Amino acid sequence: MLLKIRDSVNLPSPLSISIWWNGGSILGVLLVMQILTGFFLSMHYTSDISNTFYSIVHIMRDVPMGWEFRFLHANGASFFFLFIYFHVGRGLYYQSYLTQPRTWMVGVTIFLVSMATAFLGYVLPWGQMSFWGATVITNLMSAIPYFGPSLVEWIWGSFSVGQPTLTRFFSLHFILPFLIMGLSAVHLIFLHEKGSTNPLGDLNHLGKIPFNPYFTWKDFVGFVLVFFFICFIVFFFPNMLGDPENFSMANFKVTPTHIQPEWYFLFAYAILRSIPSKLGGVIALAMSIFILYFLPVGMFNYSFSGSFCFVFQLIYWNLIAVFILLTWLGACPIEEPYMTLAVPCTILYFFLFITLIIIPIFWKKI
Amino acid sequence: MAAFVGRATKQGLLRAKPTLLNQQATFISFSSKTKKRVAWIFGSLALGGGAVVATALAQPAFASDLVLHPPHYPWNHKGLLQALDHGSIRRGYQVYKQVCAACHSMQYLCYRNLVNVIMTEEEAKAEAEEATIEDGPNENGDMYERPGKLSDHFPSPYKNEEQARAANNGAYPPDLTYIVPARHGQEDYIFSLLTGYAEPPAGVKLMEGQHYNPYFPGGAIGMAEALYNEIIEYDDGTPATQSQLAKDVVTFLRWAAEPEHDTRKLYGLRAMIICSFLLGVTYYMKRHKWSVLKTRKLAFKPPTYKK
Repeated sequence: MLLKIRDSVNLPSPLSISIWWNGGSILGVLLVMQILTGFFLSMHYTSDISNTFYSIVHIMRDVPMGWEFRFLHANGASFFFLFIYFHVGRGLYYQSYLTQPRTWMVGVTIFLVSMATAFLGYVLPWGQMSFWGATVITNLMSAIPYFGPSLVEWIWGSFSVGQPTLTRFFSLHFILPFLIMGLSAVHLIFLHEKGSTNPLGDLNHLGKIPFNPYFTWKDFVGFVLVFFFICFIVFFFPNMLGDPENFSMANFKVTPTHIQPEWYFLFAYAILRSIPSKLGGVIALAMSIFILYFLPVGMFNYSFSGSFCFVFQLIYWNLIAVFILLTWLGACPIEEPYMTLAVPCTILYFFLFITLIIIPIFWKKI
Repeated sequence: MAAFVGRATKQGLLRAKPTLLNQQATFISFSSKTKKRVAWIFGSLALGGGAVVATALAQPAFASDLVLHPPHYPWNHKGLLQALDHGSIRRGYQVYKQVCAACHSMQYLCYRNLVNVIMTEEEAKAEAEEATIEDGPNENGDMYERPGKLSDHFPSPYKNEEQARAANNGAYPPDLTYIVPARHGQEDYIFSLLTGYAEPPAGVKLMEGQHYNPYFPGGAIGMAEALYNEIIEYDDGTPATQSQLAKDVVTFLRWAAEPEHDTRKLYGLRAMIICSFLLGVTYYMKRHKWSVLKTRKLAFKPPTYKK
């Protein structure tokens, strides 16, 4: 173990890696912050539905520093996903999925588990949006033919979202971050097999420097910078990313006029809504994430370097634009012109991803 | 502009610096003919997308879709480092107590929360004692009533939701503790709602017991106009105009929803100062450690051969 740590500290790292390579270490720090703040919040949280909302009020009003921990935890999740998107975006831009396919696959799994954890956590305050978000998302399973409805009831532990649902969601939300930690360790082990990629796409081991002290100090700068922005949001705009509906206690008799998930799921939500068929929408929603698993298909073609390829750049930046558009559309109400706009955006999202998968395979032929 | 941003960031954010490898990679890229073809394809896609957007935007707008959004007011606690106006909170509590509390509860607020914000501890104790709180059971198993204490929550005007609806023509007066952050538009919305009552325009029919307010979704609201000029008399002598009453009660409600508001901003200032200092230190250390690498000079020394 100590040898592993020593190896990590002295890991030969490419001299040319830019600030975009800070994302991984920042995500690690954010994960630790989420686990610690979550642990302290769990000391005062109650998962009994008649008291849950009140326990959140208690944390915010009566527990010393409770509001700080809660705001750090809630906004920390947003920062975690922001940096996941930066991290995935960097991996896509520099084709880390081609040079480090196993690291990429584990990374996508971490992303999926993080999404599940964040969704479960959003249900815990038992506000209106928590309750109705849980109802909408869990109901998606009912689209699965034959055993879908039974599966939904199995997840709920009842005939609707209720007490058993909240209790198990709390348990799962508590345990899943430790799975993310384990997967992060596997992610690092695979990464250290070959070492980091670099902006030049250069796979030889020239121009490498030890990780410590160069990148440890560079990472420290990243941590402090991110903490600066987190503090800015937490102390000055703590509810900026939240939903007003969640200030009202869950009420199964009153449906909010506009149900939407947190900002980091909006792109997938827009894809789900853009398809008229429920099953089709659920499949598209799942595929919008699972498609990341297919990116390393062209991994044996080492001659491909998209960073210097005009077409690749065009596709990449179009994909980023489509992703942002979908995120915006996910937050818009279900009416024209947003509904019509979401359809070509969804098609483009998958088209651009498939093109990214295909390009390295046929690179030599081109 | 782009050139300025490029220079400011030293073009180092995503672009690789031009090297020999870079140039080689450019050579193995597409030929100009293929580039043109690709440009055509993406140009067509962009045109198609534009057409879809234009078609979608050409949808007609209906008058019934329109909702009156509240204007933005210059709340003096909205600034990054501005605290709540505590005089306004005190007056707002008076408005709540004398006007709103008849129908609206504030179930998450305790009398102890008023101490050192709205009144002294002694005043808060006296304030609490004015309320009658149901407690129990006593040793005989009966519930009993007693004067309130500092630790008690504000009593609700109704025993339950059903009673509240029965007393208000079927409408349920919401709890006001979190009413400001729980509404889109926040302070602006509540202020506009309280001061925005008007006669219903032609064609708008209201049911019995309903009132017209253009800021309320749908326009028909169960709550009658509650604030008028001089409806109460402020203890501090401030003229109780309708807008003053509305402004004060909204400030009080903001404080009720976020009692940590002022402390939060103070901590935020401290955090910014500490983080800025740490940022300077870590950045200096990073530059210090990297200086050897950044200032090294690589020189090609041609081999010398013996003749």
